[in-house]
Amino acid sequence: MSATAPILELDAVSKSFGGIEALRRVSFTLQEGRIAALIGPNGAGKTTLVNLITGVQRATGGHISFRGQDVTRQRPHQAARRGLARTFQIVQPFPRMSVIENVAAGALFAGAHSGVAEAMAFAREQLEFAGLSEFADRPASALTLAGRKRLELAKSLAMQPRLLLLDEVNSGLNSSEIDGALALIRKIADRGITIVVIEHVMKVIFSLAERVLVLHHGELIADGAPDAIAGDVRVIEAYLGEKFARRARSVANA
Amino acid sequence: MIARRWQYLLFAIWVVALISTPLWAGNYVIRLATTIAMASALTLSWNFIGGFTGYPSFATAAFFGLGSYVGALSQIAGVPMVLAWIAATLFVGLFTAALGGIILRLRGHYFAIGSIGIVEVLRLVIASWGSLTGGGDGLNVPFLSGGPDAIARTFLAAMIAIMLCVFAITLVVDRGRLGFGLRCIQQNEDAADMLGVNTTLYKVAAFTLSAMFCGTVGAAYASWTGYIDPNESFSIIMTIKVPVMCLLGGAGTVFGPVVGAAAFTLLEEFFWINFLDYNRAILGGVIVILIFFLPGGLLQLPYRELFARSPWRPPQDKPAI
Amino acid sequence: MAYLQIVVNGIVLGALYTCLAVGFSLVWGVLNVINMLHGSLIILGGYVTFFAWHSFGISPLVALPGVALLLFVIGYLTQFFVINRVVTQPVLTTLTLTFGLDLILYNFMTVYYTATPRRVTLDFGVIGIGGIVMPVDRLLAMALALLLTGLLYLILRGSRIGRAIVAVRMDRDAARLMGIRVQRIYAVTFGLGALMAGAAGAVFALVYPITTNLTGTFLGKAFVVCVIGGLGSVEGALIGGLVLGVVESVAGQLVGPQHALTVGFALMLILLLVKPTGLTGIRGYE
Repeated sequence: MSATAPILELDAVSKSFGGIEALRRVSFTLQEGRIAALIGPNGAGKTTLVNLITGVQRATGGHISFRGQDVTRQRPHQAARRGLARTFQIVQPFPRMSVIENVAAGALFAGAHSGVAEAMAFAREQLEFAGLSEFADRPASALTLAGRKRLELAKSLAMQPRLLLLDEVNSGLNSSEIDGALALIRKIADRGITIVVIEHVMKVIFSLAERVLVLHHGELIADGAPDAIAGDVRVIEAYLGEKFARRARSVANA
Repeated sequence: MIARRWQYLLFAIWVVALISTPLWAGNYVIRLATTIAMASALTLSWNFIGGFTGYPSFATAAFFGLGSYVGALSQIAGVPMVLAWIAATLFVGLFTAALGGIILRLRGHYFAIGSIGIVEVLRLVIASWGSLTGGGDGLNVPFLSGGPDAIARTFLAAMIAIMLCVFAITLVVDRGRLGFGLRCIQQNEDAADMLGVNTTLYKVAAFTLSAMFCGTVGAAYASWTGYIDPNESFSIIMTIKVPVMCLLGGAGTVFGPVVGAAAFTLLEEFFWINFLDYNRAILGGVIVILIFFLPGGLLQLPYRELFARSPWRPPQDKPAI
Repeated sequence: MAYLQIVVNGIVLGALYTCLAVGFSLVWGVLNVINMLHGSLIILGGYVTFFAWHSFGISPLVALPGVALLLFVIGYLTQFFVINRVVTQPVLTTLTLTFGLDLILYNFMTVYYTATPRRVTLDFGVIGIGGIVMPVDRLLAMALALLLTGLLYLILRGSRIGRAIVAVRMDRDAARLMGIRVQRIYAVTFGLGALMAGAAGAVFALVYPITTNLTGTFLGKAFVVCVIGGLGSVEGALIGGLVLGVVESVAGQLVGPQHALTVGFALMLILLLVKPTGLTGIRGYE
């Protein structure tokens, strides 16, 4: 068992909207410095979980701790200042600001930088890390989709997060673009930042994650190493339905 | 686009022109210069909430009116003139800070309506509270001593001073963290929130800044004219003119409000003199033309976004990023 | 018994408010435009009706369809050629534009008609039922107001154009994909809004003196009704109008008529903060 303290702890976290239970008593602990993947069929509650962790929505039950602090009731800007950053599935840059200004915003408001000039200098470094330096002064709205995804990453890096939640950062990218994104994510992990990827793309999960959490109908149904998860009957059932699960079971038993 | 240095120079020349009017012109021109300074101060103020933050506020008249009444009542109670103005500024600032937390939860159309609602409610309250405010009959404010020339010069200086004050604050805000944050809020409020911007705090700050000096101008105006009444102090026409002036010059910029206020006031004066009966219609016409045809103005911005035919797109032969 | 009279007064007033506001609500809900012209259009309708009666002896009931048609055409053309250009713009732009147009209309009306109050005086006497007294012309006005509102409701529900309007209100892009010519629908909607405003003005002229000074007041009432009842629907305008009418009538009794206006606006502000979508919960765009 690693001696590092858990960076994120969820304890029986639930969320209901009116009569619908989006999340049901989800509990897990994340160690610092790891890469984990959160997967599950559409509608499983992955984005809701990310929203709860980052303060965009409030849990209706349970507790969330970040680096030892109870953050169940935090507001989004507080989460950002604490070192919790996320990217969005549908990227949302500041359209009329330049690429470097977008990144500097992250440094200025969530990072430890107090002045605009300082933030811009730090932003330049992050742009270089993300491979966007040549677009620094162009409007953010001019980037292609892959470029915008890199911008999201650069922006979240500028926030100097301890935990980075990447929400479907690879959707809409082609195979070579995904390879580029993967390399970048690994570089980020090398900096010591804990990463959780929410993904559908298997290639990403298997090449990146040391641990996989599987969500289905709001419940955490599996939690373990990628290989174990791939063979887990409940996971197969969740994604492919009962018939396949039965077949997988009979193959396993044979 | 003129370089910043030249913009500052032109602005300095303009201020000198305004403040020097007693030296080379008669009372009519001095009065006009004072009105321009007044409009500039109001427009620069509105720029904080409407230009930088993008919240369409129509509450200017509320702050102006409130300031004029607080100023007038203070003066009637014996407070010296300039102190009365300061009192008005502080009162309006506190009032807005308290109100802001609530009303800034609204966005877009609803915020616009809410802000007009504030003007109306304040006007009706003041008009009804006859015992305190004189109600519909208005209030007489003690006149400044000294002949008409001295008075004209005093108030010219006062309005210009207020304008310069707000201008200075605009510069500070534009360059600093607050301005950056407000621009983020304007372009994507939720993303700004997620990035660590305390949106509520910033919005309230912008709203309060937009209000305070309208209060000062209101109080100074009350002292200048010697008489205020609810309809004039809480005028819907004024509250709509101010955003128009800002749009004319360029909302969200540092010099735009000054340019817009000057241009609009001069136009208005021209039409009033030459076409008294139809001056409102012509003003309306100017507004309509502004919305449609101002080069680099409102109509052109969204087209650029709609068609995304931006000159900044990386050329096709570069590898896709 | 006195209370009942107050409430009945409020309902009669409310019906007038409904008719006054329903066009404004429709334009706001469907086009997402706050039509600052609305107050002036009401007055215009009132003036045209008055002059038809005063100068030509045409009964307002006969003049009403003519006024309605005239205002519809004015509204349609204004929307088609002017407002359509900016209809997708943020609220500040559209509001400023309609404000500018209103200044023009207002100025011309003031110059042409002058601000002298005019009122169509048809003396039908008074009706009393069970202790409640109501002048007949008021009742007539109320009936007309409700009739017009009902007709609008039927048009929206029953006719093809009406359904197209509702479709555009729900989802403009989907409506466009279904082949609806959205620009035309906008023009028709604005035309209908102007029509209802003019008709409301005609109805008002029966019971109140009309003057250009009232444009702001009517506009303010329309705002309040929309916020109370919800945008873009006849039901919303009906609820909003009736609530406002009764509230004003009761408040007028309790705190005096001059405060009744304040109460209305204060109510609007409170509702804006608590439930901006109004009592029917229909959203406008943000």
